[in-house]
Amino acid sequence: MGFFSKIASALKKTKDSLASKLSALFRGGKFGEDFYDDLEEVLISSDISVTTAMEIIDDLKETVKEEKLREEEDVKSALKDILIGHLDRAEVYDFVSPAVLMIVGVNGVGKTTTIGKLAHYFTDRKQSVTVAAADTFRAAAADQLSVWGERAKVKVVKSSEGSDPSAVVFDAICSAKAKKTDVLIIDTAGRLHVKANLMEELKKMRRVITREYPEANVYTLIVLDATTGQNALSQVETFNEAVGLDGIVLTKLDGTAKGGFVISLCSEMEIPVLFVGTGEKMDDIAEFDSESFVEAIF
Amino acid sequence: MAIFGSLQEKLSHVFSKLTKRGRLTELEIKQAMREIRIALLEADVNVKVARDFITAVSEKAVGQKILESLSPAQQVIKIVNEELVALMGSTNQKLAVASNPPTVIMMCGLQGAGKTTLCGKLALLLKKQGKKPLLTACDIYRPAAINQLKVVAEKAGVEVFERGTQDPVKTAKQAVEHAKSYGFDTVIIDTAGRLHIDEALMEELERIVEKVNPTEILLTVDSMTGQDAVNVADTFNKRLEISGVVLTKLDGDTRGGATLSVKAVTGKPIKFCSVGEKLGDLEPFHPDRMASRILGMGDVLSLIEKAQEAVTEQEMKEMEKKLRSASFTLTDYLEQFRALKKMGNLGDLLQMVPGASKMGLSADNVDEKKMERAQAIILSMTQKERDNPLIIGSSRKKRIAAGSGTTVQDVNQLLKQYDQAKQMMKQMKNGRKFPFGRM
Repeated sequence: MGFFSKIASALKKTKDSLASKLSALFRGGKFGEDFYDDLEEVLISSDISVTTAMEIIDDLKETVKEEKLREEEDVKSALKDILIGHLDRAEVYDFVSPAVLMIVGVNGVGKTTTIGKLAHYFTDRKQSVTVAAADTFRAAAADQLSVWGERAKVKVVKSSEGSDPSAVVFDAICSAKAKKTDVLIIDTAGRLHVKANLMEELKKMRRVITREYPEANVYTLIVLDATTGQNALSQVETFNEAVGLDGIVLTKLDGTAKGGFVISLCSEMEIPVLFVGTGEKMDDIAEFDSESFVEAIF
Repeated sequence: MAIFGSLQEKLSHVFSKLTKRGRLTELEIKQAMREIRIALLEADVNVKVARDFITAVSEKAVGQKILESLSPAQQVIKIVNEELVALMGSTNQKLAVASNPPTVIMMCGLQGAGKTTLCGKLALLLKKQGKKPLLTACDIYRPAAINQLKVVAEKAGVEVFERGTQDPVKTAKQAVEHAKSYGFDTVIIDTAGRLHIDEALMEELERIVEKVNPTEILLTVDSMTGQDAVNVADTFNKRLEISGVVLTKLDGDTRGGATLSVKAVTGKPIKFCSVGEKLGDLEPFHPDRMASRILGMGDVLSLIEKAQEAVTEQEMKEMEKKLRSASFTLTDYLEQFRALKKMGNLGDLLQMVPGASKMGLSADNVDEKKMERAQAIILSMTQKERDNPLIIGSSRKKRIAAGSGTTVQDVNQLLKQYDQAKQMMKQMKNGRKFPFGRM
């Protein structure tokens, strides 16, 4: 399945609800205050933040006025352009090996599953992968990761439950160096971003990586659950402050949630969405593409 | 960062503007309503629910405008408060118990909502109430889910029934039989997380329901869920006829608008909320208290209940006597720390204190480790030192610091805090009331 069809089918549900609402709106053919009010509600109901929704509406109003747009199709494509513009404010890049991907996020967003998929994604592209099970907190997290490791046929470095995650990171770095692996992926324990001591633990892991593996390019990626609402913004802010974020992985896009908050994240914080998770199978991961994302919504 | 922090702040901002005026014009009410609407939307309250809410509040606000004897702003706050409570369900709803045991509780929800951990928490809660729960592992899809349930069960000290990756419907049925034969009065079924649009897995749940006829079907909802919460809750409710909702991860800074949406859409009560990572962090959900929390009035009732759980009346009386006689020693200080610790996470407690966020007190600047350090320091003292701290000179300080793994500065700081606490006790003796010493 190609990227477009995958994301399109993943977003089908999104499409059904949002698109039907949108086309009903546009079909009215009148672009007055009522239209914009309704459009604002549609945008917000896809978890786009109130502020961003208002900005989008203002931009659209201006474009419609300046370019004297009257046709449904023209207004629609103007809106698409605005949305893509917001998403493209954050630039997408390629990973340079040796790369370390530190995966962070709150509990239950799908970090471990995402790591399994990422491991497969890289091995599929002929890159060698080592995975560090540094979630030593959640019961059986390392077991879960080992199963994914077996599926993706990659080495998983782990330690006993409750041990120091930084020690696991250290071991994994030694292993990655010895085997000259292209990509080292580090699983971290899910933590609510408001717990200061857990954020300190993350910082420590980050320091260990810099100290022990200076030649590596480190990318810290946050995993966000598409079903999350505006709290996603606060999650990104706090994690970004603590360890600095280089990218976003948006998971669970196969439900009915729209994950519209990424539009605010890309435009306001300029952190790009790199991957989207679209299911529970190993290859249910795709590179993010703003045009396809917006296209799939419509 | 309090629960609902932002909504709370926004509303009080709106209301502080209102309270400066005596009377309200229709336009002013409209403006306030607009701001409340934005605050609700930013708190992830569903668009439609927010619209209905605003309509209801506006109607009442305009209708009651005549009541000019009261401060109109207070009136608006009162209406918003009442409507919030009404929206979340009026009172706390307890778990149903089957007339013919075992009571079967089935958990369901999306992936990552926190079902497995919640199963452990619920089992512990029931165990504390004198029940004998049996946890049943019906998540055969997620790698290591059964192991996770086993670890959680071990921590809670309850048994797990599992049949590996056998058909979960069969496992559920057998678990109920097992409970009957071995005298378990409650069966808690942990099911796999699933998307509400996953036809095959939703059917599996329907088959479990058909086979074991659960007394309670609880939908687990992550309190961070956004606008989609209504779709999820609605679908689960339509397919399974859920009996209640449990909110998880309320210990984050989530604004928890999902709470309002889920209740509005399903009409089913929110029975519990999970407020922390420890197994004991599960509380009955009280809509009225939550509404007060949203509006920044603090959750005094929950705080009092926690205090009562942690400190017996006898202990209270003894403490009071000591305070009155001003014979407050370091041993008593240690007791206070222990009592506080028993009440739970300090940061969470602070959220219940009215005005705590305004005073700049939050989980951020209260460090539980500091409290533990303070306890360690006192524990490293001899009985004599605890009774009479004045004898603690520099060589004793060095010994205490070494014994508790702290520094002499830490010891000094603790002694200073103790002095301050003692001072405060004296003030209390002179008529001022203050429940606990300063941290």
